[in-house]
Amino acid sequence: MNKNKELKVSAIKNGTVIDHIPAQQLFKVISILGLDKIQNQITFGTNLESGQLGHKAIIKVSEKFFEDNEINKIALVAPRAKLNIIRDYEVVEKREVQIPDILVGIVKCVNPKCITNNEEITTRFMVEDKSNVTLKCHYCEKITTSEHFMILK
Amino acid sequence: MKNMSLVSITDFSREEILHILKLAAKFEANPNQKLLDGKVVGCLFFEPSTRTRLSFETAINRLGGRVIGFSDSSSSSATKGETLKDTIKMVSNYADLIVMRHPLEGSARYAAEQSRVPVINAGDGANQHPTQTLLDLYSIQKTQGKLNDLAIAMVGDLKYGRTVHSLLMAMSHFQPMFYFVAPDELRLPDEYKRFMKKAHIAFHEYRDLNEVINYTDILYMTRVQKERFADPMEYEKVKNAYVLRNEMLSQSRNNLRILHPLPRVNEIHTDVDVNEKAYYFQQAENGVYARMAIIAHILGLA
Ligand SMILES: [Zn+2]
Repeated sequence: MNKNKELKVSAIKNGTVIDHIPAQQLFKVISILGLDKIQNQITFGTNLESGQLGHKAIIKVSEKFFEDNEINKIALVAPRAKLNIIRDYEVVEKREVQIPDILVGIVKCVNPKCITNNEEITTRFMVEDKSNVTLKCHYCEKITTSEHFMILK
Repeated sequence: MKNMSLVSITDFSREEILHILKLAAKFEANPNQKLLDGKVVGCLFFEPSTRTRLSFETAINRLGGRVIGFSDSSSSSATKGETLKDTIKMVSNYADLIVMRHPLEGSARYAAEQSRVPVINAGDGANQHPTQTLLDLYSIQKTQGKLNDLAIAMVGDLKYGRTVHSLLMAMSHFQPMFYFVAPDELRLPDEYKRFMKKAHIAFHEYRDLNEVINYTDILYMTRVQKERFADPMEYEKVKNAYVLRNEMLSQSRNNLRILHPLPRVNEIHTDVDVNEKAYYFQQAENGVYARMAIIAHILGLA
């Protein structure tokens, strides 16, 4: 273990470490995962130096193990996030996030005339292209592309 | 039952489309069939569209059904702030079928999800208007005797025209050759070109209407609206290039027919009306038979 890193964000006994979050997306990730609403012990660090991301953020959530469909929601804002599953201070599993086929209730539709922007309706998109993230609204059928993503939560 | 709603033309397979066209022909041959006897249809028009509403109400009446509803949102509870969801929940307790027109896009898909009874989309903003597409297909089949291997020219506003987009998607089942004629500002969006390339459908783009008139079986005209141009000068430059006049048709194919979703403004000169190739008024009449067929099919009555 790198001692330096240990100092920046303290270790957890059991839980999940979400690493390689772009620093500017940290609070979006927290909000998408609803971490601001749970009782678990959470530590996070941000503006940590990272070769590939410039500045990255890291979140450690004690006693929390995410389901795939739960964690994959962050793929839109942190496509290169890595998960370390910790049990008894040891990394027992490493996972990457994947953009799901269908996105429910995360992104706002870009079309102002869409019914979802005019009434209380959970948004729903088919992911048409995962590498160049392109979303098709289940309701108005318009395309929302990454430069127009507005995260709802 | 609930999943039988018609929201988008892509909800129907090629076989379902052909089945509906066959039914439409039967209703045209015998328009008074009381298949809806004892049934109530909710016609919810959140924005006025007299033409579409009358066509639906005629279809329902010919089938012996009863209509409840409203013809614009000022006479509905929506003006009192009721949500679409609540209106649909209420009406689907009263009616056997809902026909809905709404200015917001995606409203029909949402209504179909909330409703206990099938929903027919009679237009949701600029998104979909599938019953128009089916009456267009019926008109094409009726005038050409077939749907396969036809040359179809679409003219005018190909960027925003939802009838053009839906007809293109529906015709893609039948190996068409498309000619798209539009000013640069209103050309067909790339997503439809990608779709056609994937489906191996031949198409060509033009700016000049005269280049295609003599080589097409169907001339589908749409309106070029001034509001669509960022620069009004551009509109002034092109507006007359997309107006069809009778003399332009002198060398056209004998089987050519001219369609238009109506209402027209000036894109088809009135001197075309006397030409036997003008078909837009019969096309509107076909809408009643197509809608009778759609209703009967969706309710599992034919
Ligand atoms: Zn939408």
